Amino acid sequence: MSTEESRKNLAMATDPLSEIMELQMGPSHPACHGTVKFDLRLDGENIISMDTTLGYLHRGFEKMCEQGTWTQVIPYTDRLNYASPNINNFIFCEAVERICGIEAPERATYIRVILSECSRLADHLTCIGMSVTELGAISAGFYMNEARELFYNLNAHVTGARVTVSYGRVGGLLRDVPPDFEQVVRAAIKRTEEVLSDCEKLLERNRIFADRMAGIGILSKEEALSYGLTGPLLRATGVSYDVRKAVPYMFYDRFDFEVPVGTKGDNFDRVNVRWEEMRQSIRIIDQAFKQMPTAGRVLVDDPRYALPEKKDVYENIEGLMNHFKIVIEGVRVPVGEIYFAGEGANGELGFYVVSDGSGRPYRIRVRPPCWYGMAALEDMVRGHMVSDLTAIFGLVNMIGGECDR
Amino acid sequence: MALELDSADLAARVLAAVPASDARAVESALVPTIEVGSTEMPDVLAFLRDEPGLEFKLFVDATAVDRETPQGLVEVLYIVRSIVDFGWSIVLKTAVDAAEPSMPTCAGVHKGINWAEREIYDMFGVNFDGHPDLRRILMYPEFVGHPLRKSYPYQKRQPLTPERDPLANPWPKRN
Repeated sequence: MSTEESRKNLAMATDPLSEIMELQMGPSHPACHGTVKFDLRLDGENIISMDTTLGYLHRGFEKMCEQGTWTQVIPYTDRLNYASPNINNFIFCEAVERICGIEAPERATYIRVILSECSRLADHLTCIGMSVTELGAISAGFYMNEARELFYNLNAHVTGARVTVSYGRVGGLLRDVPPDFEQVVRAAIKRTEEVLSDCEKLLERNRIFADRMAGIGILSKEEALSYGLTGPLLRATGVSYDVRKAVPYMFYDRFDFEVPVGTKGDNFDRVNVRWEEMRQSIRIIDQAFKQMPTAGRVLVDDPRYALPEKKDVYENIEGLMNHFKIVIEGVRVPVGEIYFAGEGANGELGFYVVSDGSGRPYRIRVRPPCWYGMAALEDMVRGHMVSDLTAIFGLVNMIGGECDR
Repeated sequence: MALELDSADLAARVLAAVPASDARAVESALVPTIEVGSTEMPDVLAFLRDEPGLEFKLFVDATAVDRETPQGLVEVLYIVRSIVDFGWSIVLKTAVDAAEPSMPTCAGVHKGINWAEREIYDMFGVNFDGHPDLRRILMYPEFVGHPLRKSYPYQKRQPLTPERDPLANPWPKRN
C-alpha cells in the first residue's frame, strides 16, 4: 500500500458512521518480542493512530554509569543488546579511547572487527528469525536460531559468557582469543551460510511471506532522515549511509565490502538489506582473518590503562600499586567530551561521553538506534492492519534493553 | 562529495544566517561543536537542514548534560549529520538555567526530536515551550523528580504506586 493509499484509509476512518475501537496491545504480548505497549485506535482492523508507551525495561543505565569507574561501565554495555553485546562493548571502548588519545593494538582491533561482525550476523539472524516466526514461518525461525546459537557458543568459547561478554577494555581486550579461534569462527560461518541459503529458499519466493512484507510499512527517505533512522531501516529507503563507510573506525577502511540499499523502504527491503548485510559481514570476517597478525599484544602497553602482568603484581611493589590504583580508582580518563558512533546491528550506535578527569564518567549517553525506529513506528503502521503491526514492529527490531536503557 | 569546511567556518555561516544566535565554534572540542543561544536553536537547526550544500538533514540525537557549575547550567545538545557528506556531524550546544530550565522546542524541525525532547524533559526536567506532547517517556507518570540531574540521589527510592484502574485513572493521553 502506498503512502497515498494509507492516507486515504485514514480519511475513510474518520467517517462519522464508522465506530472507533481503542485497543491496548502489550506490554507483554506474545506477538511482540519486547516489552512495549501500544494504544491503538482502530477502525475495524485498520490502525488509525497509535501511541507507544516505553520504559518497562528502564533500569537507569545512564545514572548507574555515573556511579562506578570507567571499566565498570563495560558490563552494563553488554546488557544493552542481548543479540550483539560485543558491538556495544567495543564501541564504548573506542569512544573512551578517543578521549584518552590511545589506540588498541592491531591484533586487538582485528579481533574486535571479527567479533563485531559475528555479532551483526547474530543480530540480523535474531531479527529476521523472530519476525518470520511471529508471521508463522516457524521453521525458518528455528533454522536461524540454530545459526545464532553458533555465535553465542563462539562468545562463550572466547569470552566465557554467551551474552554478558564484558570482553572489551579501554585500550584493547581482556585477553587473547583461544588458539582455535579461526577454526571455530570459520565453522560457524560455514553452517550459517548453509542456513542462509536454506532459509532464503523457504522465504524468498514464498507467496505468504511476500504478501506480508511487500508494500507494508513504507517510510519515505525524507521521513526516515527526519526521524533519525539509521542502519537497515534507513538503507531500505535507499540512503547509502553506513557508519563503517562514512566515518571508518576500527579497521573498516581496510576491507572491501558493499553497503546494500533498498528502493521502496518497505518491510521487504528491510529484510533484504539485512540479508545482504549478513553476506557482507562474512566477507569482512574472511578478509580480517587474512590481514590479522598471528601474535601480538591485545591490550595497549601503557600502565595508565592496562593492568600489569600478574607476575609483577605479586613480585614487585610498583606492579602491586599500579594494579591497586587501576582497580580501586579506575582508569583516569582526561577531561573531555566526545560523540562517537559506530555501526551497531540496528543502526548508528552512539555514545556521548563526558569525562571530568576523575576516575568516574561524568555523563554517558547512549544513542540507541531502535529508539528512533520506535518513534517512527506510528507513521509506518498507520493505515495498515493490526496483524501488520507485528511484522513492522519485528523488523524495527526494538531491543528493550537498548531502547529503554 | 566531501564537505570542505571546519567548525569555525560552519559557525560563521550559522552566525551570518541567524545573527542573534551568537554561534561560535568550540575550538577545544574533540568533535565539531558549535555553541548557540537557546532561543535561536530551532532557527539554527532549520538553517542547517535547508541550506544548500550543507543539508544537515539526518537527525542523530539530542541529549543534555547537567553541569554542576556555580551558576547552575544544564547543557542541551542536538547532533545532526549532513547528507551531502555523511562523515560530517555537528554537535549544537546550548545552556539553560538549571533552576528553571526551559527553551523553545525544536520538534518542528526534525520529527525524531519529539521523543528526544520528551526524554530530556523526563530525565532533566527541561521544559520545551511549544512541544506538542511533553509527557514523561521512560519513567511513569507518578514519578517525582528528574533522575539524571546530579542533584537526584542515585539511591533514592520512590513510593510504590497503587495498581492503576484504567477507567478511573487512565494513562496520560497524547495531546
